Amino acid sequence: MTQLTRRQFGAAAAGGIVIAFSLHGRPRAQRRPRLAGYLAQDRMLDAWLRINPDGTATVFTGKVELGQGILTALAQIAAEELSMQPERIVMISGDTARTPDEGFTSGSRSIEDSGAAIRQACAEARDILIRMAGERLRWSFDELSVQDGVIYAPGMRTLSYAELAGTVDLHRPATGKVAPAPAGAHRVVGKPVKRRDIPSKVTGQPCYVQDLRPPGMLHGRVVRPPRYHGILAKADTAGAKALPGVVAVVRDGSFLGVVAAREEQAVRAREHLRRSAQWIGGDDLPDRGKLYGALVNAESEDTVVSERKTPPPGIARVFEATYTKPYTAHAALAPSCALAQFAENKLMVWTHSQGVFALRRDLAGALKMGVAAIRCIHVEGAGCYGHNGADDVALDAALLARAVPGRPVRVQWMRDDEFAWEPYGPAMVMKIKASLAGRRIVDWSYDVWSNTHGMRPGASGGNNLLASWYLAQPLAPAHGGGFGAARNAAPLYEFPGERVTNHFVAAAPLRVSSLRALGGYANVFAIESFMDELAAAANADPVAFRLAHLKDRRARAVIEAAAKAAGWRHGPKGDGMRGRGIGFARYKNAASYIAVIAEIALDRASGDVRVQQIHVAADAGQIINPDGIKNQIEGGIVQATSWTLHEEVKFDAHGTVSRDWLGYPILTMPEVPQLQTVLLDRPELPPLGVGEASLGPAAAAIGNAFAHATGKRLRDLPFTPQRVKAALA
Amino acid sequence: MALTLKVNGKSHRVEAEPDTPLIYVLRNDLALNGARFGCGLAQCGSCTVLVDGKATLSCVTPVGGVTNAEVVTLEGLGSIDNPHPLQSAFIEEQAAQCGYCVPGMIMGALDLLKRNQKPSEQDVRAALAANLCRCGTHPRIIRAVLRAARAMEKAP
Repeated sequence: MTQLTRRQFGAAAAGGIVIAFSLHGRPRAQRRPRLAGYLAQDRMLDAWLRINPDGTATVFTGKVELGQGILTALAQIAAEELSMQPERIVMISGDTARTPDEGFTSGSRSIEDSGAAIRQACAEARDILIRMAGERLRWSFDELSVQDGVIYAPGMRTLSYAELAGTVDLHRPATGKVAPAPAGAHRVVGKPVKRRDIPSKVTGQPCYVQDLRPPGMLHGRVVRPPRYHGILAKADTAGAKALPGVVAVVRDGSFLGVVAAREEQAVRAREHLRRSAQWIGGDDLPDRGKLYGALVNAESEDTVVSERKTPPPGIARVFEATYTKPYTAHAALAPSCALAQFAENKLMVWTHSQGVFALRRDLAGALKMGVAAIRCIHVEGAGCYGHNGADDVALDAALLARAVPGRPVRVQWMRDDEFAWEPYGPAMVMKIKASLAGRRIVDWSYDVWSNTHGMRPGASGGNNLLASWYLAQPLAPAHGGGFGAARNAAPLYEFPGERVTNHFVAAAPLRVSSLRALGGYANVFAIESFMDELAAAANADPVAFRLAHLKDRRARAVIEAAAKAAGWRHGPKGDGMRGRGIGFARYKNAASYIAVIAEIALDRASGDVRVQQIHVAADAGQIINPDGIKNQIEGGIVQATSWTLHEEVKFDAHGTVSRDWLGYPILTMPEVPQLQTVLLDRPELPPLGVGEASLGPAAAAIGNAFAHATGKRLRDLPFTPQRVKAALA
Repeated sequence: MALTLKVNGKSHRVEAEPDTPLIYVLRNDLALNGARFGCGLAQCGSCTVLVDGKATLSCVTPVGGVTNAEVVTLEGLGSIDNPHPLQSAFIEEQAAQCGYCVPGMIMGALDLLKRNQKPSEQDVRAALAANLCRCGTHPRIIRAVLRAARAMEKAP
């Protein structure tokens, strides 16, 4: 969501970090100091950290824990710069009353943004503390060093941060003039520090929004229409109100919900309301079988993403292919949940939103309150992988809590609420046409059709919280624009001629928004599948063919590392049952480089594709936590394997049919591949986002392995047994 | 109505209708977090607890049916200071991303290890086939269960 974030939060973030290089490559004199990430906007050091008298430091981040281990990694960065043990770092995250606004925790940007800001702020704080100690003790600043928060002069202990905590003044702007610790001196960064949240999670400590139970808490449930934009004609609210434990039934236009003393009572009342409700109108959804044709023929706003014109050579062979991706669901393991409480005209919301400040803006709009009267605090939920129901359920909770002032209300969506109402990753069509002269691609034309991948809350010109569209005075959603579809649409390969066009289709029959990797998953699947098709046409080895079109040395290095790890050999076709394939991308063409090699086995009778082994090589720049990176890369590959083999949101004219795990099957334990990961550390280079980087390459590697095994190409996701059997027939 | 439940070795009196799903009583009345709500449909395994030693889905188990049984939740295994070998193994292997599925995985693995002290990787995969994980942490979970099996064999 980088673009939206920048737009919403103004140009300040970019303005402070402009740096110009002279022809000699040295920085020119700058008018403004160079400040990293959102430090450029939230410049006071005490917005980012405080030194505590108990020997700890508290670090504030606008980024939140989604299961990606970000709070552990950010604590490592803070510990490194402050010269403290990471155990002494207390992390406070995602609280509109306490932390900086760093936009959404999305786009694999948390290390790049918040990590950079915290690194700089903590380096400056350490400098201030050392100088304070030097002045007090009349020691030369240069002779002082710090070990775990204690400042030493040569051979002797002097003062500790804890002793300076009462007097140090960090309410001063960052200067950008203190250099962070050089990579060669790192003791904490680059180490596989264990995740701070895991011990609590494996022993049943309260960890999630679902675990909050303040005194007097009530339980809420909501009743959604049977189809998008259905209008509530009537419901037996009186009957529901009379059920045991029911405290309030809330109806506002077509928003319907219930508050009860006990959770099972709320569930029962929801069922009563659902059965008794009569709805009229609502959207008819299009024929799923004609989805892709309709998408390509729909009215679109077209943007040329990249263009390089070179006259085509005289002799070239032209190839074309079309690839498709269906609507896919985030399908969080837990349906979304939020806790809200109204007291004295103020609203508190505990939420697993990825952007508490953006959520607050849309809550304010929907509830007709000022943002100052609302506080949103992040508490973990189940992993979200993008914009799911987290923000929506926060408004549901607020609407129900408003009916019972003073009482906290926890709203837990049911499984069908999440599957039917979350915003999906959009369906996409990718058409590629390329000219091959000998073994070289000389011209490349790429077209992608998609709805928006960005309908998060907080955008201007509308309200993106679900319930706000159903109130008696309904709000309209904001316009998502063509965001996200073109992610990774331009290949990193270098072709003499290239034209990449994004066809943004505004008319979206299903609710859509940001799902992990956005358009990058399907674009990389299409590009990397087609690269293999062209390699086959050129009678070239897929690895060698890629390298022949790549100049970027880091890109080449990950491909070579993956090929080496997998024992890649240029070989003939597989035996019809087994095959191996490669997929590569640099996420967003700006974050991590990842190459994936998949080995698959095929059951020709059943049509089942089994991914047996994955080798992956990654270059994420400087590594903050190698185990955290592996966990993210490998998790992304397993998730992509699930998307690629199984996942598709099914719908009919009335609405979503995939409303539970039977209707939306995902990869199970017996199907999960073996994984081997090689990390190429670049300690001298900036860290690069990695959380979304492995999904596209994994999908392509699986498709290419299938083609290698069978000689047949699967261009439509997912690779269901039906499609596999059709391809083999 | 008043019911008596034995959970993690202790007796508890709760006021609930007998047809209330066990998960809500564990979570809301007893403030135990180990049984996690994932689907309410017996499809994901997040709410797994042991009832008389057997892995059981608490989201579809009426509380009235377990009043004479021994219920064990994740909290009954160990604590941060004194973790069960399975909990230690999940920490050692860093076998979590969001961690929401982990309690169900551990309870399912405990059920397996009671039946089979030396499980193969295939045994672990088969035993946890009905436990969904959305983050893709499966390889680490498998490693953690095998590590715990080895540890429990050494120190039963």
